[in-house]
Amino acid sequence: MSDIASRVKAIIVDKLGVDENEVVAEASFTNDLGADSLDTVELIMEFEKEFDIQIPDDQAENIATVGQAIKYIEEAK
Amino acid sequence: MELKRVVVTGLGALTPIGNNIEEYWNGLISGQSGAAPVTHFDASKFKTQFACEIKNFDPTDFIDRKEVRRMDRFAQYAMATAKEAMDDSKLDLEKIDKQRVGVIWGAGIGGLETFQDEVMAYAKGDGTPRFNPFFIPKMIADIAPGLISIKYGFMGPNYTTVSACASSANAIIDALNSIRLGHTDVVITGGSEAAVTEAGMGGFNAMHAMSTRNDDPKTASRPFDANRDGFVLGEGSGALVLEEYEHAKARGAKIYAEVVGGGLSSDAYHMTAPHPEGIGVVAVMENCLRNAGMKPEDVDAINTHGTSTPLGDVAELKAIGKVFGEHAKTLNINSTKSMTGHLLGAAGAVEAIASILSLEHGIVPPTINHETVDENINPELNLTLNEAQKRDVKVVMSNTFGFGGHNACVLFKKMD
Repeated sequence: MSDIASRVKAIIVDKLGVDENEVVAEASFTNDLGADSLDTVELIMEFEKEFDIQIPDDQAENIATVGQAIKYIEEAK
Repeated sequence: MELKRVVVTGLGALTPIGNNIEEYWNGLISGQSGAAPVTHFDASKFKTQFACEIKNFDPTDFIDRKEVRRMDRFAQYAMATAKEAMDDSKLDLEKIDKQRVGVIWGAGIGGLETFQDEVMAYAKGDGTPRFNPFFIPKMIADIAPGLISIKYGFMGPNYTTVSACASSANAIIDALNSIRLGHTDVVITGGSEAAVTEAGMGGFNAMHAMSTRNDDPKTASRPFDANRDGFVLGEGSGALVLEEYEHAKARGAKIYAEVVGGGLSSDAYHMTAPHPEGIGVVAVMENCLRNAGMKPEDVDAINTHGTSTPLGDVAELKAIGKVFGEHAKTLNINSTKSMTGHLLGAAGAVEAIASILSLEHGIVPPTINHETVDENINPELNLTLNEAQKRDVKVVMSNTFGFGGHNACVLFKKMD
């Protein structure tokens, strides 16, 4: 697992209070990991802070799964 | 329209002298002080460096780990006491009509720590707003009853009353009236506060409202003592389940007391100073007695607002003298803030609980830390100094007053 992937997963485990095993690439924040709309905003903000990047709102809307988040961050770095 | 009778069928407490009802009561009757040096933050530069904090509180005992993060401490405290009160009431969630259960809460400030931390983080940044999406919902004072209703599915009236240190007494009175008028069968009421933060301590210090007895925190809250120098900031929560009498009787509930009346008034005088003659305080006690259909002579004990401030304590006792006349000398008057400190918006709730427990146990908790007589106080009053007193209390009054000149008063009566 890449460094980015492990850091993304650590944030998700911390913020959503889910088990690490559940945080797989296909997992949807809202459908699988129990996030609500406020949680997903917070996750995006945490990704921005952790990786020192900006994720515009229109692009944040397309980040719905763990894999999509990792891919976006890898490309943005 | 005939008003319904309202009784208390569940209690919960999280206080600086005990983390549940049993511990709280034991702390009260044994005269414990909850004051100690501040641990929530580094207070070394503050004029006051001690407070009555909650100790050994683990929110995950009451709330899911994920939910904890979404709640300011004031809401965590609310969840803890609401659970104790609900468990105590033995209400069967499958059998009650949840549309007719309300949650009416009190908080003087709400999520002060959340507000402080978010604004401080913004101020330290480069001006780019990066506020957490939970900032507003964590901070707002009405989130506590909202969260309680979500947990239990209670769909009746739901809001927070804000009247500074009278807030949760206002909530109890609103709960009383909601049930009296037949709008609800049950209301979870009470209040919570968590203002032991840099902003809270710094703000109250700036007003010269708090004691600065840093060399001896445990004796700093000394209502009615000649050398009192201000209140001691406290935090915590109290919860009460109020229920329509027939509803409670039908399910064989344990009934602690009847809530027989509530009074409200305003000083219309000054932002923070009490009226020196206590005219608003006289009015609130008279309103309360009238609302309960009682005479001054019916009352056995008064849990005063008694914050340990130079002006407030004297004004309140003068007002008691005016309302109760000769009977004032036979009352057991106390201030449990001598032990708990001042829980601000939660004060009305935890003091109502202390009052109700004094009916239940036949003991009036003391006013601790009294050393020196204040010549401005009538020496004939029984201020229940330093030691709890046994007394078969049948009717007890609880007073709370808030900055802004808000006065609230509640009367509880032992069941016949």
